[in-house]
Amino acid sequence: MKLPRWLRLPTQPLLRHLLLAVAGGLVLYVITLSVSQYDNLELAEIGWYAIAIAGLSVLTGVNGQISLGHGAFMAVGAYSAGLMMEHFDLPLIVPVLVAVGAAAVIGGLVGLPATRLKGPYLAGVTLALAFAVQDLPNKFSSLFNGDQGIIVNPPTPPGTVPAERWLAWITLFGAVVGMVILANFLRSRFGRSLRAVRDDEIAASAAGLNPARLRVLTFAVSAAAAGLAGGLFALWSGIVSPDSFSLFLSIQLLAGMVIGGSGSLIGAWWGALALVYIPEWTQNVSGHFNLSAGVKANMQNAVFGLLIIVIMMLAPSGIQGWLRSLWSAIGRLARRSKGDSDQAVAPLTSTPSPERISP
Amino acid sequence: MGRFVDLTLNGFTYGVIYAAVALGLVLIWRATRIVNFAQGALATLTTYIAVSLLDRSVNYWLAFAGALFAGLVIGALTERVFIRPLYGKPDLNPIVVSIGLLILVESIAGAIWGSGDRGFEPAFSQIGISVGKTHLEFSHFDVFVLASVLVLMVGILVLFRWTNLGLRMRASAFAPEVARLLGVRVGRILTTGWALATFAGALAGLLVAPKVLLSPNMMDPILVYGFAAAVLGGLDSPLGALVGGIVTGLGISYVGGYMGSSMETVGAAVLLIVVLSIRPEGIFSRPSARRV
Repeated sequence: MKLPRWLRLPTQPLLRHLLLAVAGGLVLYVITLSVSQYDNLELAEIGWYAIAIAGLSVLTGVNGQISLGHGAFMAVGAYSAGLMMEHFDLPLIVPVLVAVGAAAVIGGLVGLPATRLKGPYLAGVTLALAFAVQDLPNKFSSLFNGDQGIIVNPPTPPGTVPAERWLAWITLFGAVVGMVILANFLRSRFGRSLRAVRDDEIAASAAGLNPARLRVLTFAVSAAAAGLAGGLFALWSGIVSPDSFSLFLSIQLLAGMVIGGSGSLIGAWWGALALVYIPEWTQNVSGHFNLSAGVKANMQNAVFGLLIIVIMMLAPSGIQGWLRSLWSAIGRLARRSKGDSDQAVAPLTSTPSPERISP
Repeated sequence: MGRFVDLTLNGFTYGVIYAAVALGLVLIWRATRIVNFAQGALATLTTYIAVSLLDRSVNYWLAFAGALFAGLVIGALTERVFIRPLYGKPDLNPIVVSIGLLILVESIAGAIWGSGDRGFEPAFSQIGISVGKTHLEFSHFDVFVLASVLVLMVGILVLFRWTNLGLRMRASAFAPEVARLLGVRVGRILTTGWALATFAGALAGLLVAPKVLLSPNMMDPILVYGFAAAVLGGLDSPLGALVGGIVTGLGISYVGGYMGSSMETVGAAVLLIVVLSIRPEGIFSRPSARRV
């Protein structure tokens, strides 16, 4: 559907993304002011989930690789931020940036075999990593304090701002800034190259692109986003321990990406919402039934597993893909009501089929 | 020196169990070019089925056979219900679905049988055998483990080499379209492949459960080691799965024994990254040309 010119967003990417970010940020700001402190903590949780899912989404949706262990990169970020904050007294931005950098470096290293490999191999490697990262803190327990984990002092809010709201501001700000950077990255020459490699590697390399280098770089960027999420997580949870980074976290991130729609940064927010509110919702629902403790404890995982399967089989482009096709259906209806003259050109502007994991 | 021998024997036993898992992954990979990350979870499910049968005081070997049979049925059902709709879709979709299946099956197992650990009675004594004066970390049960995986491997080999079904399976994997034109019911063959693979996984579950405690996520690390074994062997070769399994088992055992058990998963991850960086096609597979 075509909006009037003054309602359309500018086409210059940075301007467009900044405008969207400011608008989204304002909405989030108003929400944080009007909801309870408990809800603010949940908003903060949505923030770090969203940027972690966005990183995974860039890897899977745009580059056609998959990571089953993105929680491991979050762990790298969380531990490096936690250690920085434990040993040095620095402004908050420094440990968070260190988290991003450390995760990017580790991501690049893990991504190295990805230069020659595709899909399933990489999935297995990252799965192995998801387990390894849980055991490392025990091996080097003098540094990482083993199962106990590292305590992170919550950031002190300025003036009369409640701590929960301040936390929500920090994580949401971090997530939105990360998103703007990712969005620009995807719109750049680099992002186009990635899509070219995903769609046809041989044609892309014939056109002078270096698929191997692009893959490693994407892995690093994706891990950096997860590292940012890890840094924010450390602030949010107040403790960084191996328990937080189980295989289930990585699977949750994957579920969030599938639910929101892979390859879409806005979809990452839908996914984050789902990850925060679905467990709460299942808990409420199962509370109404007379279920045994075992069933209740496993309900949340079962729902995530079922959602992943059903969405991949019926609507692999997730919520964002569904919204997109809804939008174009409205557009078609609007055109049809204007008369037949537009219909002749309709097939040219129709959106591509959503029958792919990557839109 | 005694410790080295024990670690070697231990690694060897675990290695053949990893080989059984790897064989399952290889069978599915050959048939459908999918890595089934739910393989471990399905094996946990069949092991719980054996436990349920044993709790109802069914004969041990009947329960054992029941779990293996359940593996065949569950594998076939999984292919029919969850995997068949995904053929021809992007490669990543079945991976994601198999991960969904992993968490779904594990949580169902947790809901039915509880999330805690429980023991699983071994078929034979797990007390180490003494040879002369030296006591070895190698029990009658370990002999049984080696023998049953050997039987499984030989069975699969005979099936592929010398039976009509095996010929059809190889044909369907090699050239599905041509096989279909020649009258092979390719769909049915793929279902059989998944059934056999889950059978192999079920055996691995039954063999490993007495060694580690049975819990819904018992097979998670075993799956990772099995995957490492399959990759080492080239993902394409049943013999490679056996050799890869033993190499992985020995490697993990030495790493765990000399560097601490918390390094086992780290060792597997490093092994995978190194193997895939140096020789991504594995030891037993030939590098394949990419089609333009």
